[in-house]
Amino acid sequence: MAIIERPVTTQGVEIAPPATPSRAQGGFKRPVSTTGWKSWLFTVDHKKLGIMYGVMAMFFFILGGLEAVLIRLQLAAPNGKVLSASVYNQMFTMHATTMVFLFVMPMAAAFANYFIPLQIGARDVAFPRMNAFGFWCILGAGIFINLSWFFGGAADGGWFMYAPNSGPIFSPSHGVDFWALGLQIAGIASLTGAINLIVTVLNMRAPGMSLMKMPVFTWLQLVVQFLLLFAVPVITVALFLLSFQRNFGATFFDVSAGADPLLWQHLFWIFGHPEVYILVLPSFGIISEVLPVFSKKPLFGYPFVVFSGAAIGFVGWGVWAHHMFASGLGPVSVAVFSISTMAIAIPTGVKIVNWTLTLWGGKLRFTAAMHFAIGLIVLFTIGGLSGVTHSVAPSDTQQTDTYYIVAHFHYVLFGGAVFGLFSGFYYWWPKVFGKTLNEKLGKANFWFMVIGMNMTFGPMHILGLQGQPRRMYQWTEARAGEGFFNLAFWNQIASIGSLILTLGIFLFIVNVIKTARSKERAPLDPWDARTLEWMTSSPPKEHNFDVIPTVHHLDEFFHRKYEQDPVTHEYKQIATAEEIMADQEAHADKHIHMPSPSYWPIVLAATLPVIMIGVIYSIPVAIVGGIFLVLAMFGWALEPSTAPETDFDPPASEESTKELSPLV
Amino acid sequence: MSDVAVHEADHGTQGHTTTTGLSNNKVGMWLFLGSECLLFGGLISTYMLYRGRVSAGPRPGNVFDIPFTSVSSFILLMSSLTMVLAVSAAQNRDDRGTTLWLSVTALLGATFVGGQVYEFTAMYNEGLGFTTSLFGSSFYTLTGFHGVHVTVGIIMLMSLVGIIKRSTIPGDKAEVVELIGLYWHFVDVIWIVIFTLVYLIPA
Repeated sequence: MAIIERPVTTQGVEIAPPATPSRAQGGFKRPVSTTGWKSWLFTVDHKKLGIMYGVMAMFFFILGGLEAVLIRLQLAAPNGKVLSASVYNQMFTMHATTMVFLFVMPMAAAFANYFIPLQIGARDVAFPRMNAFGFWCILGAGIFINLSWFFGGAADGGWFMYAPNSGPIFSPSHGVDFWALGLQIAGIASLTGAINLIVTVLNMRAPGMSLMKMPVFTWLQLVVQFLLLFAVPVITVALFLLSFQRNFGATFFDVSAGADPLLWQHLFWIFGHPEVYILVLPSFGIISEVLPVFSKKPLFGYPFVVFSGAAIGFVGWGVWAHHMFASGLGPVSVAVFSISTMAIAIPTGVKIVNWTLTLWGGKLRFTAAMHFAIGLIVLFTIGGLSGVTHSVAPSDTQQTDTYYIVAHFHYVLFGGAVFGLFSGFYYWWPKVFGKTLNEKLGKANFWFMVIGMNMTFGPMHILGLQGQPRRMYQWTEARAGEGFFNLAFWNQIASIGSLILTLGIFLFIVNVIKTARSKERAPLDPWDARTLEWMTSSPPKEHNFDVIPTVHHLDEFFHRKYEQDPVTHEYKQIATAEEIMADQEAHADKHIHMPSPSYWPIVLAATLPVIMIGVIYSIPVAIVGGIFLVLAMFGWALEPSTAPETDFDPPASEESTKELSPLV
Repeated sequence: MSDVAVHEADHGTQGHTTTTGLSNNKVGMWLFLGSECLLFGGLISTYMLYRGRVSAGPRPGNVFDIPFTSVSSFILLMSSLTMVLAVSAAQNRDDRGTTLWLSVTALLGATFVGGQVYEFTAMYNEGLGFTTSLFGSSFYTLTGFHGVHVTVGIIMLMSLVGIIKRSTIPGDKAEVVELIGLYWHFVDVIWIVIFTLVYLIPA
């Protein structure tokens, strides 16, 4: 119920604030804490929510990583005994589900939440309460899906949950029910987040910031949000059909009842292929910020990067059936999707050329963030090339469901998405926490991750082309083969690699702890950055900007610091970040209105897992949850998003009401 | 899209011009409806795939009462007209007219949902249950989702009537009425598609 979000005026006519805005409207007295756990639980501040998204995603990254290590331990030796066949199925299903829906997506959302408003010169997102609601939904979804481990076993049909594996015969536990219903909650989070961020980018840019002056990170996140907006409802339909089949006796994917199992595959991949761009484009955006800063050059061909990103967003809708080449679609479909898949390599290639040419001739600084960004270019290109081999349908038929596919998508998702996110950690850590991560540890972190990742996923190309099937639970010495193509050898290399990778992640955690304990503050502009988010204090104030900047250039902050000499065309520094900040503070807006914290986002989000548990175990529980859902919606709708003074108990003083509504 | 956004200094006013000149709420609602198109797209595709798959029970042609559904469709379409009148009254700051037309809209919507309940009951009595056949499952899922959308719309309309009567709505009434109107018209348009594809075109 995001309809009644905030007071607005029509055509310059002032609408008086509601005459009797009492706390009875919202049902509760408003939360007012600005410190302690309550200030986090009820916050609507996009920066706090961004940090919360990040912490949550990091937790699930570690969880999904441990699942991956268990998979590799199982495959490290012949006749692996670490996991039973059933637990192994659950392990790879939950590894993928966790990494895709509970790590990369929320981590990308963390960056989007934190940096989009800062990059476009806004004080918050368009719908702050909906933002908080999205976070509590995805957290609820993560907990809900993982609860299934304790209630008879997790989902075990693979992350794409093909029929008949998703049906009650092959998956009798409640794992798939938890999975399907949990992903519905995650879908709500993605949908509200997408609407919120698109409106924010379209409507709340600082004066002068045209679309083509927007930082690339914001641009690519905008593309991602559009992909989410249109992809999420498709998986929603598929998950509803699956739940109706499992919980209410329908037969949508039951071949024995005359159903078509390809329906699931189509619905899933119409969502699933845009999804892979949803995962990787945020990282493309991050390194498109990092590379120019550490090359001391503007991004090469900014419009090309932007439009190729948009092109990926469009063409991404026309390639889904390349996941289904082996399902007997018929020659015409296969040919069409083959060609469209080859075509989508073009805009991706354009980006790689642009990044490389950004480095060309630049004054390169090899910081940890830069290491990860360059790592992305190289590793993603390898993954992209093996991806093109899948677009050739005859070759793909050979590779389908082998470790070659596993190698491919780990190169694009780990080498692409995850390296980009790590680049973002090192680049923006000083902005978010006011302290710089240790560079030496960061580089060690990078090298362990690069070596570990290539050792883990590189051999999988060989394993796959030799025919080792995906999701294979054990291999035997007798069938491992000999010589260079000995499967035992490459499986062991991959397992050792996964431990090195784990060590790399461990170094990152050590780095975070070390940095948190260090007293050393980061300088205001540690990287000599180019975009608006660096024109704030570190960490930024609650209202982000003392005065909303007027934008004249792409890379506005850079152009405020440097001026081009008209004769020599060299850039000279004309101001330091400190001077620009001091100037901002001197001209600070007197009355800055920020949205007020609210109980409703967390209350509303909490009803969803209750309803879902009810759907699985007992319908009356679902009905009770539903009643609370409706009540919470009314509470939300009736609560003004900007608190009137009478909402506070005790009534707020003049000082604390100065933070009221943001810019509508 | 306009390049220059006019931002007034914040001097305690609620109003600021957005970059596009459209209010956040309205852009948000349009985006939501765009997303809904894909939701119904998926459901309609499922039905079109399965409407001929009748392993047991009646076939599509045998259970549809087209004259009856035509009347209830007409009633739903008329509710779009009354919704427009409600929006118009709200923009003229006519609270009485607004609540009147909102109530009429809700009543027409409720008549449609009532008709759907009657229709489902009749079909069930003719032997078409939710699990009878793939046709039955996909038919009830598609029309059921639409019916839930209409019901949610009715709840929003009635809540709005109550809120306007108590005049405690935060923010601009006319815009809220308009936003709910957008949703209502969308649900009507979807019904035109469903009615044509499901009822009028023979399987």
